[in-house]
Amino acid sequence: MIYIQQTAAVFFKDFKSELRTRYAINALVMFVITTLSIILFSIGGERVSPDVLAGMLWVVIFFSAMSGLSRSFVSEEERGTTMTLQLLTQPAIVYFGKLLFNIVLIFSINTLVVTLYLLLIPLFVVQTTSIFLLTLVLGSFGLACASTIIAAIIAKANSKGTLYPVLSFPILLPLLMTVMNATKLSLDGAPFAEASGEFRVLVSYSVVLIAVSWVLFDYVWKD
Amino acid sequence: MKGKFWKIFLGVWLSIVIIVGMSLPMVPSPQSFFEFPIIPGLEEKARIIFFHVPTAWIAVIAFLMAMVNGIQYLRKNDLEYDIRSSSAAGLGLVFCVLATVTGAIWAKFNWGAYWNWDPRQTSIFVLMLIYGAYFALRSAIDIDEKRASLSAVYAIIAFVTVPFLVFIMPRMMTGLHPGSASDDGAGPVVDFSMDTPMYIVFISSLIGFTLLYLWMYELRVRLGKIELHYESLRSHD
Repeated sequence: MIYIQQTAAVFFKDFKSELRTRYAINALVMFVITTLSIILFSIGGERVSPDVLAGMLWVVIFFSAMSGLSRSFVSEEERGTTMTLQLLTQPAIVYFGKLLFNIVLIFSINTLVVTLYLLLIPLFVVQTTSIFLLTLVLGSFGLACASTIIAAIIAKANSKGTLYPVLSFPILLPLLMTVMNATKLSLDGAPFAEASGEFRVLVSYSVVLIAVSWVLFDYVWKD
Repeated sequence: MKGKFWKIFLGVWLSIVIIVGMSLPMVPSPQSFFEFPIIPGLEEKARIIFFHVPTAWIAVIAFLMAMVNGIQYLRKNDLEYDIRSSSAAGLGLVFCVLATVTGAIWAKFNWGAYWNWDPRQTSIFVLMLIYGAYFALRSAIDIDEKRASLSAVYAIIAFVTVPFLVFIMPRMMTGLHPGSASDDGAGPVVDFSMDTPMYIVFISSLIGFTLLYLWMYELRVRLGKIELHYESLRSHD
């Protein structure tokens, strides 16, 4: 019970400081708008196939995650508050608090991305809504799991900004390939059962990453 | 791997493997011990298996060794394991590039293009990206101990997610590479329609390349230890 309370405390600390500075949210929203308008400019009046659009949706999501999700750890290092957090609580609690914060952040950003995408690109029509929604939920969850531990690693390194996508991409590739496939299925109007393999991959991917991060976070977090 | 005997033995061994692998004739139905069978669709190009598969094998083995030594470092906090880990990863990167390039050249003549995102090409590409990211991370951290523990953590995380790509996906998905799901042989890459002499040459090549890798690895670890010792002497002055 105490663990849950402390995890929630870490989460609300991050949440409140984010609401005060709005650093990540502002940057992310602008990033999403910029990327989407570039895509709209490049498409112009062309009839782009749904497969390409499904891929591009995840390109936007991947890069917006890469621009925002490292904040939770990098800001601790920049503000010099890492030591305080190390003294006050255990590594596992910090990890789960940050994970929770990143999950909330990526979910809100993805809601924005998908809403804008559906509104602005008329050719992007989802046929099987259940597949699309579940892909979005599981994909965002997996993305948060992978990027949290990588963010913890790069927060200790020198060139944080460029290193983050470089380190995350190989780890995220199995996830990205699976979600792109599932999104294509949802656009083609495949029945729900056809995407069950993809969902199993997504769930096991997240479980594996959370388990490994939980074990390894001690070594990353302690100086 | 110390002493002259091993070096000479390995040189002779690999020379024999290369000569035999390149020169023995390929015939439709091999009678004698000195003939390889013709594999339909591969013909003379099947000889790449003696050189390409061992390099790909070592690229993966080196990754495994980097990860295992990374775990040892996290457990024992001894920088020697970090030297072992990074030496293995450095050699792994070299062999990974070799496997990718030889594979791409083979693909040009067998499939008609150097690169066409076959599942196996994707997986070796991801392996190369991971090696690249590993060294990008290492060069971005100044403190030795921090560099060692963070790169060990990264190697472990990469190792638990990559099997999806390197081992499971190429065998599940249909692809052009021999040994993928749509291949009639359907089994692991090594036992598709090879006869005994070909199999012996293949295994000998695998052993030869692995020994070569271990020798290079030994050298790099020794060099790394000397560098570490030198650094510690300098910092005492």
